[in-house]
Amino acid sequence: MTNMKSPRIAYGEALVELGEKNELVVALDADLAHATQTALFGERFKDRFFNLGIAEQNMMGVAAGLSLCGFIPFASTFAIFGAGRAFEQIRNSICYPKLNVKIAVTHGGVTVGEDGASHQAIEDISLMRSLPNMTVIVPCDAIETKKAVFAAADIEGPVYIRIARPVAPIITKEEDNFEIGKAKVLKEGKDVSIFATGLMVAKALEAAVTLGDRGIDATVINIHTIKPLDEDLILKEVAKTSKVITVEEHTILGGLGSAVAEVLVEKGMKAQMKRIGINDTFGQSGDPEQLLEHYGLSAQNIVKVAEEMVENLK
Amino acid sequence: MSVSRQTIEELQSKARIIRRHIVEMIAEAGSGHPGGSLSSADIVTALYFHVMNVDPKNPKWPERDRLVLSKGHAAPVVYAALAEKGFFPKEELLKLRKTGAMLQGHPDMKATPGLDMTTGSLGQGLSAANGMALAAKLDNKDYRVYVIMGDGEIQEGQIWEAAMTAAHYKLDNLTAFVDHNGLQIDGPITKVMSPESIQEKFKAFGWNVIDIDGHDIQQILEAVEEAKTVKGKPTVIVSKTVKGKGVPFMENQVGWHGKAPTLDQAKEALEIL
Repeated sequence: MTNMKSPRIAYGEALVELGEKNELVVALDADLAHATQTALFGERFKDRFFNLGIAEQNMMGVAAGLSLCGFIPFASTFAIFGAGRAFEQIRNSICYPKLNVKIAVTHGGVTVGEDGASHQAIEDISLMRSLPNMTVIVPCDAIETKKAVFAAADIEGPVYIRIARPVAPIITKEEDNFEIGKAKVLKEGKDVSIFATGLMVAKALEAAVTLGDRGIDATVINIHTIKPLDEDLILKEVAKTSKVITVEEHTILGGLGSAVAEVLVEKGMKAQMKRIGINDTFGQSGDPEQLLEHYGLSAQNIVKVAEEMVENLK
Repeated sequence: MSVSRQTIEELQSKARIIRRHIVEMIAEAGSGHPGGSLSSADIVTALYFHVMNVDPKNPKWPERDRLVLSKGHAAPVVYAALAEKGFFPKEELLKLRKTGAMLQGHPDMKATPGLDMTTGSLGQGLSAANGMALAAKLDNKDYRVYVIMGDGEIQEGQIWEAAMTAAHYKLDNLTAFVDHNGLQIDGPITKVMSPESIQEKFKAFGWNVIDIDGHDIQQILEAVEEAKTVKGKPTVIVSKTVKGKGVPFMENQVGWHGKAPTLDQAKEALEIL
């Protein structure tokens, strides 16, 4: 039985642990502290926690000001209100002056579930990776979320961490090395390379097992850092298979799939490629797992796409 | 607080030098915002040459007072003050807005020594100032944070998010100026989208409000001193000003919001200044 844990719970716990180790760490939230789990930090470090109310644009500016005086602010809200509502504040007040602000948002993607499309950020990775100076991390499970929080605090400059809401399988180990910008090969294969990010890494691993049963040997790569992208590893892996599938809980426009395609095309790498993601449409209310299935973000669909790709090339 | 007549006169003459720089640098650049730079010249002069504790030799000195020019398009007024103060050579002023220059069209703190925040997109500066003032409280430091906003700028909703925050967190180490010159690009502020009553709005948001003539150095200094004595709430100094102040053909003219004078016009302005 796989261990399960919500990445956002891991975020809340990691922030407290980081706060114990580093007194410069402060946390900000915009009236979602119990959902993003920054409330844990607020209970432990009353003076270092600032609830800014339902006002994300101001929150980003306050975080900028705190960072200018030596603090390491973690600003949290839902992905849609961070990357979306406060996009221009992140651009002009944080990324342009390259300030040491960590934007750790939860509720990325359609696994927000029942709240529906208005609350499901499916374009945030695209928006954030377009900003100069920004680092973009999408952890795949609870353990990696904690590592991402610590790693973000260790580097100077803005970082966007997109954290999932639901309880999700733990697929990495405590002892695994985590380095920003270094993708991880989780399973070696020779027939097709599956690049996944966030919760889709677990789906890709599940798909690889089924594919193996059917005689297709897939490589599964965890792209936890969308920016800077591990171009070397991507090129190396694709050179082995010439078949690429990207999987992301995000629009196929501008996210992981686009980033990988940019690298392959610019380096003249010949490969078959399929992007699995939200196909230029909004989300909807529903059970998170059912929504993932609906949008093709399931192990079953990854298997189907991989089989078609291999079949076509026979 | 009593300020000597001599101090006032020195600051007035410094403000005149700042205004001359503004006209010269914008004329040389061929673009820029003279109106709002000239209207806040006396406030900026009073802050940099009397009020604020800063060190041109150590621009990042952690104990320094800070200024966030939230109305970033008035960058020339702060550039002129920083150059006069010795943060960088005055020759840089004439490179304003040129490719590769240290002085960007709107303030870029990474490019220009002495700038405390990058601004330009209106409505964002007060939030950053809040963060700095909160940081001072957390660190038990006694530096103060100053902000200059435009009266058109406060149409931005983020300003009021920030205004709520400053009062909520009792940021009495924060003093904001509203450069109330009454004009924005598209016309008089009351015609475009009236922010009036500015005083009543800030009062309702929990601020201490002081009304002054923003060209009267004595009043500026007295208001700043009063703000230092007010505990438990931030202070806003609503400063009545004249857009284009000091250059008669620019005064109260909307057209001079974002237009550079020709070299002849600059010459005419400098003869008066």
